[in-house]
Amino acid sequence: MLTDDMQVVYECPDALTDVITHYCPGCTHGVIHRLIAEVLDEMGIREKTIGVAPVGCSVFIYNYFDCDFAQAAHGRAPAMATGLKRVHPDRVVFTYQGDGDLAAIGTAEIIHAAARGENISVFFVNNAVYGMTGGQMAPTTLPGMKTTSSPTGRDVELAGFPLRVSELLAQMTGAAYVVRRSVHDPGNINKTKKAIRNALNVQLNQAGFSLVEILSSCPTNWGTSALDALKFVKEQMLPFYPLGDYKVADSAKSFIVG
Amino acid sequence: MKELWEGNQAIAEAALRAGLEAYFGYPITPQTELLEYLSRKMPELGRAFVQAESEIGTINMVYGAASGGARAMTSSSSPGISLMQEGISYIVGSEVPAVIVDMMRGGPGLGNIAPGQADYFQLTKGGGHGDYHPIVLAPWSVQEAVDLTIGAFDLAEKYRHVVILAADGNIGQMMEPVEMPAPRKIEKRDRGWELTGAINREHRLISSIYLQPEVLHKHNEKIQAKQRAIEQNQVRYHEFLMDDAEYAVIAFGTSARVAHTAITWARAKGIRVGLHRPISLYPFPYARVAEISKRVRAILVVEMNAGQMLEDVRLGVAERVPVSFYGVMGGRVPFPDEVLPEIEKLVNSVH
Repeated sequence: MLTDDMQVVYECPDALTDVITHYCPGCTHGVIHRLIAEVLDEMGIREKTIGVAPVGCSVFIYNYFDCDFAQAAHGRAPAMATGLKRVHPDRVVFTYQGDGDLAAIGTAEIIHAAARGENISVFFVNNAVYGMTGGQMAPTTLPGMKTTSSPTGRDVELAGFPLRVSELLAQMTGAAYVVRRSVHDPGNINKTKKAIRNALNVQLNQAGFSLVEILSSCPTNWGTSALDALKFVKEQMLPFYPLGDYKVADSAKSFIVG
Repeated sequence: MKELWEGNQAIAEAALRAGLEAYFGYPITPQTELLEYLSRKMPELGRAFVQAESEIGTINMVYGAASGGARAMTSSSSPGISLMQEGISYIVGSEVPAVIVDMMRGGPGLGNIAPGQADYFQLTKGGGHGDYHPIVLAPWSVQEAVDLTIGAFDLAEKYRHVVILAADGNIGQMMEPVEMPAPRKIEKRDRGWELTGAINREHRLISSIYLQPEVLHKHNEKIQAKQRAIEQNQVRYHEFLMDDAEYAVIAFGTSARVAHTAITWARAKGIRVGLHRPISLYPFPYARVAEISKRVRAILVVEMNAGQMLEDVRLGVAERVPVSFYGVMGGRVPFPDEVLPEIEKLVNSVH
């Protein structure tokens, strides 16, 4: 009960639905969902936004957002988003994809969406494993990292090296805004939110393709506590996947902040 | 007024006139002229055009544009259609309308770029995972390709289903006189399912996932009811000299056109033979084939494959009369003088 001497400091964003998510305890998908929803609210664009859901842990993202959603096949979200955006150029279209979805089976779709300068925003959640199928080696699994399909640790002689998606896509002339952020602590969560806002603002101003890679934790499949998982992001993932702005094209500069 | 049109370009123009709002394509022989034609016309008309990175890309762009409520189409040829099967399954599962043109060529594998009909199985029997059959329409002339293209969009929207125009490299690349229909106006409409942004309404979802088995079962029952309605109402075929026929040739598309000539030659020799030509390969005219099998002495099936529609003909005939087969598999159109001896053999076999 709100009384006169109390004020609301935290509430559910309008862009989120009031349901309990299926995510595991300690998973950072919920944090990232909330950041996107807060930005949709603050920019006043929830009603004109169409999301494209991936295959993977966030396959049910459409249950948690109060905006139109399409459910893509594994890896195909950028192609589906292209179709949607081309017929609704005045709508905001974003995809939400994990590392298995975006960086393995969907490599062709993401590279060519970026190369075309497709005016969509991609929120790329990198937790270095296939989460939904139970923690197998992903294209972003670190060298030496144990997963259910690299039980003795990723052997780069056998399995090759991880993909650095932001660095790769930053080379695309068509990419306007490509940055890597992390949600392992409050300061970085705030920076991630700013980047999400920047990406959507770039799209709203027809400045081209935008992607925010977000380093995320998976305590269940990493076999760690929630806190240790955040520590793993900071100590193991950050050195391999440095945070930063990998591409801010001239076309995008006036639409981003800090 | 009739004009001379190449098949691929005629289909592209027909799609434009049917109100095509979004086209996504990838070059592959023998359908590339369709892509090229629309690469000029769509931007001129302010409509969506993307040359994608693959046929996987094109079909998923179609999936997206169709989810957004647009009249969307892609075109390809056999190996490209194989790649699209994943997307086709999703589109059917999500119940959004889409039109696909397949200019069939020789297979399997890379096969060749010459006309073929060996996509019959992958088009009519589902092709992708799950229980479904796209509507498959097979023209035998450029004019019929134009007319079926227009109709394909209506059928796709009526049933919120995939409709495939199954032609071959011959129809795609030959020129014939065509009467083009008048262009249709694109009407903006909200049918209650398309994704346009949740402005003053509840949010919507286009999806093919139903995690609960009983819910997926119900969803499949709905799709199956739709398939039964299509089978009841959308059977199309054409016949030639069947009224007094003692023998029937059953063929579709280009093969039927060749058989037609062979039949006129056989008639000149006094053989009472007619042509039954399925236009809808799905829904297949089983009932009509059954009727025919009750009044002819034998049936010859002619296809540019190893005998794919043959299986459906046999289901309709149910062993009432002998069914023989003539097929070419090299990515080649047979000549009428190859088919005529097959008709004569058929006659001799039952005498």
